[in-house]
This record gives sequence, C-alpha cells and structure tokens, in this order.
Amino acid sequence: MSLNVSILLIILGSAIVTFIPRVVPFIVIRKIGLPKVVIKWLSFIPICIFTALIVDSFIIEDESLLSIDWRVLAAIIPTLIVAIWTKSLSVTVIVGVVCMATIRFVF
Amino acid sequence: MNQLANEITFEKNLPSFSQGVKDCVPTLIGYISIGIAMGIVGAASNLSILEVALLSILVYAGAAQFIICALLVSGSPFSVIVFTTFIVNLRHFLLSMTIAPSFKNYSLLKNFGIGTLLTDESFGVAANKIAKKEMINASWMNGLNLTAYFFWILSCTLGAVFGKWISNPEVLGLDFSLTAMFLALLVLQLESMKRSKLKFYLLLITYVVLSMLVLCMFMPSYIAILLSTIIVATIGVVKDK
Repeated sequence: MSLNVSILLIILGSAIVTFIPRVVPFIVIRKIGLPKVVIKWLSFIPICIFTALIVDSFIIEDESLLSIDWRVLAAIIPTLIVAIWTKSLSVTVIVGVVCMATIRFVF
Repeated sequence: MNQLANEITFEKNLPSFSQGVKDCVPTLIGYISIGIAMGIVGAASNLSILEVALLSILVYAGAAQFIICALLVSGSPFSVIVFTTFIVNLRHFLLSMTIAPSFKNYSLLKNFGIGTLLTDESFGVAANKIAKKEMINASWMNGLNLTAYFFWILSCTLGAVFGKWISNPEVLGLDFSLTAMFLALLVLQLESMKRSKLKFYLLLITYVVLSMLVLCMFMPSYIAILLSTIIVATIGVVKDK
C-alpha cells in the first residue's frame, strides 16, 4: 500500500474538476426556471450523447485521419437488432458481449 | 379500509431505493467489466491498489480514469492531467442539466448527492424512465447511483489486485458491454417517442454520426462527443417547431 503525494494531488485535482460540472446544474436549476427553448434543447441531449458514445466506440484514435474498428461495428449490427427486438437492457448487453467475443475469436 | 388498501398500492408504485438497486442490475455487467479493466490498466500504469481505489472513489468516471492513467504514464504535468479530466468530464454538465429539473423539490444536500454520483449509465436509466413518463424520486435515484458506485469501486480495486493474473479483458468482448448498453438505451429512448417524430430523431442520429466521424479527424474523441451533442441538439431545436 503506497500513496505518492504527487499522484494524490492529481487525483484530488481531477476529483474537484469532475465534481463541479456534475453538481452545478443541480444547484442552479433550483434557483431559476429554465426557459422553454433550453428545456427543448435538453430533450435532445440523451439521444445525441448515446449516439456519440456509440460512434466513439468504433473509432480508433491513431496517426491516420480516421480509422474504424470494423469488428466493433460488425458487433453493433446484431446488438442493435436484439435491442429493437427485445427492448431489454440486460438481454442486449449479454448478446452484445457474446457477439463481440465471437467476432474477435473468429477474425 | 379501502382507502388504506389504495394507499398501500400507491406506496408500492412509488419508485423505491430497492427498485433503484434492481434497475441498476442490467448496467452492472458494464461497470464490473470496465472497472476490472480500469484496475488492470491502473496497476499497469504503476498505480498502487490504494491509488486505484482512491481514483475510483474520488473521480468516479470511467473514461477519465483511463485517460488519467495514460497521461501519468506519459509523464504529463498536474495541470495537463487535471485540465484534460475537466474537458473529458464536462459532458456530465449536460447530463446533470437534463436530469436536475426532476429533483428540484428536494433539499440541496440530496441534489448534491445525486449530482456527485451521476454517470452516463445512471443518467441513461433515469432518462429512460422520464421518457416513459414514469415517476422517479430521490430514493430510487440513490438506489441506482449507490449500487453503481459500490460495484465500480469494488471492480476497479479487484482489477488492481488481480491485474497481474487477468489477461486482456478485451478478448472476452466484455468491453463491448458499454456500447451494447448505449445501443439499448438509444432504442428505448426512440421507443418512447411519438411515432410522428421518429423520422426527425433518426435524422438527428444521422447528423451525430456524421459529426462524430468528421470531428474525430481533427480533435480527441472526448471533445468530439461534447461538440457533436451540442451542435446536433441545437439543430434539433432550430428544425423542430
């Protein structure tokens, strides 16, 4: 069990800057009512951020301009079908993991 | 008597702490597998078990923890690591802003607690419940958040302890559990939309995909995620009358 002081400071600094954007909206929104247009804007956030995170999973960051992880993209297709078909979070996750493992094993 | 029975059923329908714990279960595969991977990476980045545990207790953000490890290995200074963490986790601002109005009637302390432990996953589960017009409350949200928090700390620490013996978890496809979960959350969001709006939302999804692919050519993906979301949500407001 060792604890390096400079690493502890980095962890604390990172914790503070992570905490602030998480908590500030919860304090501010109690005070002010949000304008209609902001509420509308916020209603698009879930769909946009989920899509962005999915795309992020099949982009490989390397030296080239853009490279795609085709195996992840290939696993996304059956997983998406299962998600639409079952509408179940747990079934989708399990099938997704099995698809990904199979694709990585075969290719 | 009848009224009492009604009240009891009403109580049962209120989302409770234990219902929150149950609703967290489908996301746990993601937390556990990514957490273990995080612990392994932490140990491989020369962090002690205690440091990995502190990282997951205090920072509690998957992507950021991986990036912190990578930056530590590259010998980046304090300022760079903290600033990068800030940018990577700035998307929580969007998540918190979306979910905070549901809790504005609770005390400041409860709001602090909910905000501190909000993650992509717990946000997703809550946003789905809101989209389905189901009730959410603070105890339900705490059940969801605390279960995730507990399993995350446990998995990261176990990953750090057993890191030397576990081979690359990618081989098992477990890292894909996060993507699979976001796919299901996306489908569930669309499911709760009015049919007439579906085409519009599919168009927005296409814009996000295109925006991500283009932006990722010029910037790190965590900035592209933030920008794509902000740009396309704005397009959504402008185009939707």
